[in-house]
Amino acid sequence: MPADTAPSVDPSRRALLVGGLVAAGGAAIAAGSARSQSAPDPMAGHDMSAMKPDPYAAPMPGMAHGDMTTVGLVDHARNGFDPTPMLTDWDTGTTEFLPDGRTLRTFEVDAIDKEIEIAPGIFFPAWTFNGRVPGPALRAKEGERLKIIFRNYGSHPHSMHFHGIHSARMDGVPGAGLIGPGEEFIYEFDAKPFGCHLYHCHALPLKRHMHKGMYGLFVIDPDPARQTDPALAAAAASRALGSPENANWQEMAMVMNAFDTNFDGANEIYAANTIGQAYMNVPIRIEKSRPVRIYLLNVTEFDPINSFHLHANFFDYYDTGTTLTPTQRTVDLIMQCQAQRGILEFSFAEHEDGMYMFHAHQSEFTELGWVGMFDVRGPEA
Amino acid sequence: MSEQSQPTRPPLIRLLLVLLPLAAMLASFVWIASLDPLRSFNNGAPPVEALTVERTILDEAGIQVLVRAGGSEAMNVAQVAVDDAYWSFTQDPAGPIARGDTVWLRIPYPWVLGEAHRVAMVSNTGTVFEHEIAVAVPTPKGSAGQMRLQALVGAIVGLLPVALGLMFYPAMRGLGRQGMNVLLALTVGLLAFLLIDMTGEALELSADAAALFQGAAMVWLAALASFLLLMAIGRWRGQPEGLALSFYIALGIGLHNFGEGLAIGGAFAAGSAGLGTFLVLGFALHNVTEGIGIAAPILRIRPPLWSFAALTLLAGGPAVLGMWAGSLAYAPQWSALALAVGAGAILQVIVEVSSYLMRQNLDRQAVLLSPAVLGGFLGGIAFMYVTAALIKV
Repeated sequence: MPADTAPSVDPSRRALLVGGLVAAGGAAIAAGSARSQSAPDPMAGHDMSAMKPDPYAAPMPGMAHGDMTTVGLVDHARNGFDPTPMLTDWDTGTTEFLPDGRTLRTFEVDAIDKEIEIAPGIFFPAWTFNGRVPGPALRAKEGERLKIIFRNYGSHPHSMHFHGIHSARMDGVPGAGLIGPGEEFIYEFDAKPFGCHLYHCHALPLKRHMHKGMYGLFVIDPDPARQTDPALAAAAASRALGSPENANWQEMAMVMNAFDTNFDGANEIYAANTIGQAYMNVPIRIEKSRPVRIYLLNVTEFDPINSFHLHANFFDYYDTGTTLTPTQRTVDLIMQCQAQRGILEFSFAEHEDGMYMFHAHQSEFTELGWVGMFDVRGPEA
Repeated sequence: MSEQSQPTRPPLIRLLLVLLPLAAMLASFVWIASLDPLRSFNNGAPPVEALTVERTILDEAGIQVLVRAGGSEAMNVAQVAVDDAYWSFTQDPAGPIARGDTVWLRIPYPWVLGEAHRVAMVSNTGTVFEHEIAVAVPTPKGSAGQMRLQALVGAIVGLLPVALGLMFYPAMRGLGRQGMNVLLALTVGLLAFLLIDMTGEALELSADAAALFQGAAMVWLAALASFLLLMAIGRWRGQPEGLALSFYIALGIGLHNFGEGLAIGGAFAAGSAGLGTFLVLGFALHNVTEGIGIAAPILRIRPPLWSFAALTLLAGGPAVLGMWAGSLAYAPQWSALALAVGAGAILQVIVEVSSYLMRQNLDRQAVLLSPAVLGGFLGGIAFMYVTAALIKV
């Protein structure tokens, strides 16, 4: 986290002199009052005088990793979005039937400049889709015709570039759906292939438009009718939002992102769904009898990869979500480069009730905000 | 222009003539502040923010830093990260920090003895201010034992070398004119070294201070002011010589040692690493010349015995006070100020000792470039430079 460097006191020749005296005097001062870390025990050590003389063995009371936290709470109401409802807030647009019997699904997305609070007290001048970061989690079904009405109310040119299969005219790059402030563009294409995808602004410079917050999930559910193998058809049905097979799943949308608040090319805040430590402050409630499916996307800028690690459990992973059989089975950690995404499926059915942690397994990202808890309990608890 | 050309005005009129521009100034400030005619310059940019760490304390409660805000508006510290991990903290007093104000940030972080830590303070605009703790060691506390130990350090830095130097007094008494010239020139040489060293040190420290203290300007102006004041006081009743000149030298060196003490105490509080007895001996050797310099002007008179004790205390004692002040209330700007005042005092004694040296010789100016004086001067500087090499790492 490079930054404006506040000056520090230089060790000077006097320091050396003092050090010399200290050394000569048997290092009595330093040892006498030293209190430093070694296995901090949060339960013990209220009596400071009882500390051991060995500084490496001295506990620091009240300094367990529970103190590794941001201070305060984000005002979600002022932001206009809350990371907890956001997990299940799928934007399915509006539907109508086309003359050929297919479904036409229409989404409306506006680009809006908005200052958002990304960690308690820290504000970031974001560029958003529909006033939220990440943008709306668009969800459609394989084979539908999609129409996305995009209006730019921001101060810069923007676009929506979908990761999917479509024509060059609909690609959302300069000359193909990239529009200036006050303009409107309608993207039209078929929903394919099924999977866990994304869209993002493709205006240049791309890096700036990405990390300012212009990205979102774009999930295409598989059509069970297109599967011939009954097992695959069942898997597809369980993924199809609104189907009876899907109803038992606890699905959630998670976008791993980060914010460079001082614009030095390195991130200050890391998170899943924008707000650092949001799911530490408000753990995600998991009903343990029902399976869990996470649509996970990494849009972290500046760092080459991000990762997802689940505590005390393993999961199956479908990279890009374009297959109905896992691409990785029984893992507790996956990596994603920027724009890589996939589906995680796991169950806590056999577990004890409790708080189960999840986080990036780059410790730095974890400690800068990308960490959360699953609050796993039975339905009645 | 003669006095008569200005007609004398009644006092009331003169008062009004002063009040008129003052009232105009007040009115214009109120107008600018209330109507904000410059608001069109507001380009939507976030306010300029500045945060300077003035003091760091490491103890059993974790890390505490004293920070001074210096931005264009009051600013907020939203979060604190230590070594890239957001950590809980409390701010005392809480709330926005007004420009120029200081607050304590207390972070219950389990720091690691002897290792480095980086404290990053993130403002509400997302600006990050980093502070490096180069070597984490417990900050000394103001306990009796601690104070005693620091007094011992101060005594070895300040009192001991001066006392040792003054002990050459009997040996130096028999010196002739040439010997005296060498000795006085040697004194000027060592003072010149101290002047350069202190000025550099003061400027370096002032660079670490918050911008609103205007570090370099403060150092130069404080040095100039202290030089002029001491010159004026010193020449109140003729040019100082003999015991009076010795006391001025002792005062200058005392101020220097106070600055040294402040810096040692500050470095002590900042937890710089120690290296050994060799350095201590080097430092004592380095400062022995201070006593010789103080003794030089009183070789021709027979000063009372108490004056030697007084000179030693005046020149060396401030090192102890500086140690205490520096370790308990270190701030770069105050240390820089003390060093600057000391530099002014050193310059005063350089002028006075040189002028005394010239008065002692009939050929006045010519003596300055005589082999004895030039040799003594350069020898003094060289001695200080070489012994300083022992203690600069």
